[in-house]
Amino acid sequence: MQIFHRSTNTISRATIFGAVFIIAILLWGSIQWQRSPYVTYAKVARPQPVPFSHQHHVAGLGIDCRYCHTSVETSSFAGIPPTKTCMNCHSQIWSGAPMLEPVRESFRSGKSLVWNRVNDLPDFVYFNHSIHINKGVGCDTCHGPVDRMPLMFNYASLQMEWCLDCHRAPEKYLRPREQVFNMRYEQPSSDKPATLDGKQYTDQLSLGTDLVHKYNLRSVADITSCSTCHR
Amino acid sequence: MMTPPRMGATHLCTKTGTTRAYVLHPFAICLLVPVVLLAACRQDMHDQPRFKPLRQSDFFADLRSARLPVQGTVARGQLHEDSYFYTGKLGNNPGDYMPFPVTEEVLARGQQRFNIYCAPCHSRLGDGNGMIPQRGFRHPPSYHDERLRKAPLGYFFDVMTNGFGAMPDYASQIPVRDRWCIVAYIRALQLSQGATAADVPPGQKVPSEPPVFGEPGSGATPTPTIDGEQR
Repeated sequence: MQIFHRSTNTISRATIFGAVFIIAILLWGSIQWQRSPYVTYAKVARPQPVPFSHQHHVAGLGIDCRYCHTSVETSSFAGIPPTKTCMNCHSQIWSGAPMLEPVRESFRSGKSLVWNRVNDLPDFVYFNHSIHINKGVGCDTCHGPVDRMPLMFNYASLQMEWCLDCHRAPEKYLRPREQVFNMRYEQPSSDKPATLDGKQYTDQLSLGTDLVHKYNLRSVADITSCSTCHR
Repeated sequence: MMTPPRMGATHLCTKTGTTRAYVLHPFAICLLVPVVLLAACRQDMHDQPRFKPLRQSDFFADLRSARLPVQGTVARGQLHEDSYFYTGKLGNNPGDYMPFPVTEEVLARGQQRFNIYCAPCHSRLGDGNGMIPQRGFRHPPSYHDERLRKAPLGYFFDVMTNGFGAMPDYASQIPVRDRWCIVAYIRALQLSQGATAADVPPGQKVPSEPPVFGEPGSGATPTPTIDGEQR
């Protein structure tokens, strides 16, 4: 007795053949989905109590990162400025703006402003800002063009593959220490060579390799070891 | 991340009498397995019940996990024995000497810190025409007027520490030694504005050579946007 329709033969053959591709596509799709901003929130602006614009304060006014993020060079934590830092200027500038009312309210009452953390690493990762700053990793290498972000978002996925991309080959990204806070830094090229310690560089790899030695970076084996970050 | 949608489960329970169900089964499983796996591995380890800097605590009324030291206690290494170093005052009057020798390294540090914390208002020249006064903040006096040229060094330190007039204090933003470095640099800035060609050591160029890398906000480098288009 014929249970299945004759077309089942074709469908089953196509299915067996197609299953390989379907499974592959599904696996690929789920990996891409897991890397997508839907999961990582990369480049997704977060709501904040005050719509603070880094673009205005950094590019527009030329305020250095460290004016507010005071502990970035010496501490694991870059530091979110206290309300008083806002009021350094906003006691007189835009002092009646309704948008800044939460800031003034916080200053009056002493209650902290509750910002939404944007670059939030998982708690099982040890991360220290100061070591990266002092070894020549620029702010915008990880945080992206913050001076062109009207609202703050994390530029990178903050996933482990992203960390390892640099830890496996730091010479691809390092820059001279005094350029770390330069948001418009460009890597040396044949058009725009860079000079460091009297030597001219026309490409990033040769500059980066010399900086690895100059700043005494630990070996790649050391900085890609599990316990370096998962301690 | 969200938990996987429940609707997937109904596919798994459909009767297997039709060919459509045969095709759906591996499809649904392939879709669900990664979704379930990925969903399962995000939350608890990511947000561990411990305090990272500035994390909220429900235990304290002000919701701050970071606490001030108990009143009347002094942490190791934080006893302010050298009162001139911490106040810039001898008795009630500002002193006119540096608490440590001024080297080139001290001046370089002072210049860097001045450009971060002071230049937004006082400008890099110290003439008080910084970006913030241009936007409406009360104009600070120029360092190059008679009163401030004659002011003792400790006076500048005291103003940075306690504020003066419209200027807020910078005690929380600039560490003590850096404040003294800035004091030394302000004095150098004052001397430089009154300098003549005879003060320039032989072999030095005036003006000095332009920086090799573009300074932030100097216009030395073009302004690409996030999309790579010129604005």
